[in-house]
Amino acid sequence: MTSDGIKEAEEVNSIRKIVANIGSTRADLIPVLQAITNKFGYISQPAIKELSDLMNLPTKEIMSVATFYRMLSTQPRGKHVIQFCESAPCHVVGGREVFIALKDALNLEPGQTSPDNKWTLITTSCLGVCGIGPVILIDTDLYGNVTPDQVKNILSRYD
Amino acid sequence: MTVRSMILVSNDPESRNRGSEKIFTEFQRQLTQYDLADEVSITLATDLGSSYASPLVIIYPEAVIYGPVTPEDVPHIVEEHLYKGRIVDEKRAPSHELSGKVAWLSARQGTLPAENRVVLKNVGIIDPENIEDYIAHEGYQALGMALEMSQDEVIDLIKASGLQGRGGAGFPAGLKWGFVKSTISDKKYIICNADESEPGTFKDRVVLEGDPHAIIEAMLISAYAVGADEGYIYIRGEYQLAIERMEAAIKQAEQYGFLGENIFGSDLNFKIHVHAGAGAYICGEETALIESIEGKRGEPRNRPPYPTTFGLWGKPTLINNVETFANIPPIVRNGADWYRSLGTPSSPGTKVYTILGNVNVTGLIEVPMGITLREVISIYAKGMKNGSFKMAQTGGSSGSIIPASLQDTPMDFESYNKTGVSLGSGALLICNDEVCIVDLAKVLINFFRVESCGKCTPCRIGTKRAYDLLVGITKGQGKLEDLDELQNLSREMLELSNCGLGQTAGTPIRDMLNYFRAEVEAHIRLGVCPVGVCQMHD
Repeated sequence: MTSDGIKEAEEVNSIRKIVANIGSTRADLIPVLQAITNKFGYISQPAIKELSDLMNLPTKEIMSVATFYRMLSTQPRGKHVIQFCESAPCHVVGGREVFIALKDALNLEPGQTSPDNKWTLITTSCLGVCGIGPVILIDTDLYGNVTPDQVKNILSRYD
Repeated sequence: MTVRSMILVSNDPESRNRGSEKIFTEFQRQLTQYDLADEVSITLATDLGSSYASPLVIIYPEAVIYGPVTPEDVPHIVEEHLYKGRIVDEKRAPSHELSGKVAWLSARQGTLPAENRVVLKNVGIIDPENIEDYIAHEGYQALGMALEMSQDEVIDLIKASGLQGRGGAGFPAGLKWGFVKSTISDKKYIICNADESEPGTFKDRVVLEGDPHAIIEAMLISAYAVGADEGYIYIRGEYQLAIERMEAAIKQAEQYGFLGENIFGSDLNFKIHVHAGAGAYICGEETALIESIEGKRGEPRNRPPYPTTFGLWGKPTLINNVETFANIPPIVRNGADWYRSLGTPSSPGTKVYTILGNVNVTGLIEVPMGITLREVISIYAKGMKNGSFKMAQTGGSSGSIIPASLQDTPMDFESYNKTGVSLGSGALLICNDEVCIVDLAKVLINFFRVESCGKCTPCRIGTKRAYDLLVGITKGQGKLEDLDELQNLSREMLELSNCGLGQTAGTPIRDMLNYFRAEVEAHIRLGVCPVGVCQMHD
């Protein structure tokens, strides 16, 4: 078996575990996809095929749900995912300037992943912590009241 | 130094004829003489409504209305009211002579618009992870009281309280409960809509994180009233702490017998599931939310049928917002009359607002319905951070843009509707004069463009087209015809879209063209952004 094959077999195993834990009815689909994204960073095509068998749903149905929700991803992402809030409350308190600093520091446009697979930069709608905007979410770490000159320092905390 | 009082002098044409500007300068002179100029702000207000008692002088925070005032009265008012703190009763405007916008103010009970916490009463006071703490603060008392009443009595009580849905639309809650109750079915569901995704709104998060049992108790009361035995709390996926606290609270409630079978020895059986959202604004729309719980794309259904008859898995379903539910236990405990003593006659109760933007203090307040934006800014937000107040955006992206000239309109559903703006979900994004209206509208429209589910064309294409036009204007490529097209798009989205998202997506454009057309035209005709925010080139 190739190393890719081993990896795929492991993935199939954990997907089976996830479905066994959560359930295989239609209503369980989104929690299952959520759990797969959390574990692997994204939902791969083999994962969708496996789910299709386990949950008795056409792959197109699963794909259609997986691409609908922002917190689910069907594309591989970098080691760290940076979510920048682009909604109005952050925007008017200096979010625009922070976003320019962030794009410059990473040399990325929204939606892109860095060539070394370290960073993925995405924009997001309101994260519900507007009292402390502008807000950046890196993986599960939330940074509030961010100013452009803090951006480099924040990024340097991750390796 | 923070301002402790605020004076408004009416400056409509009638008042000007009768010397309002003289009154204004006399106030300034007197305030300086008493060394109060730093502590008391004074403003000429053009839009206070007409009155036989003009010129009017309103002094906040007491909200006392004096009128008709002459320049000669000013020294006395300053000395008595502002220096010694005694209201000059003989100069108060007779309330029967007040009409329009100020009439409600004279009827307002109480003077200082202090925070009045009903929904947030326990938040920050009790330990949200400890059910006993909730019980010690009157927790689950309302459930016991409701179970002693008949189902119809509970619904009548909610109807009598005048509670309106706090999710943004303001639909009477008791009426909705009645619809679900009167639909005959062997199975009914209760859903708590906690998919709070309106930009700038985080009131529901604070309730879920700070007082989760209040929501469980309210859902139990509603389940009893409408005859449901299963409930869902749909919490947006980003609210991790709220999800954890809610799940823990449900477990505790089950251990204590508040959830399960034969609750309090009655026939009531009820269980609650927490459903975490996966990131989609549209799922706050109630039928999209139902689709999402069913494991599908969150695309709104065609209505009717409404969820009250055809909801989750086709069964009658009661959906209320978190804040609406949080009002239920206090209403049951204290009665409809008590609830109606808060707020305004047409919009009883309190409202939780999130204050954001260019002000000194941001955060959450709960105040009676009917206070004004001016009060919010100067009293709770402690004034503008820099620059002066230009506009506020209410209720997230589907709210309105309120220009400074409307800041004295009482914030309740009826007054806002009459003025043609909307209260929305309770976010108050307060912008100073360094914010460009085109840039703001562009950001708001972009939100809808990204969050549109794509099911219906007016919304999917309309938001994209409107965004492109606005981007063009900020790059100096705008044409005057674009404004006509924007106007049309805004109307078409309102009239033709399937759900609330598309219907309200055009609101920022409408308000922009209504109130700030000159600023928009400057971008096009003169090729400049008056505020200096837009680049005006590629």
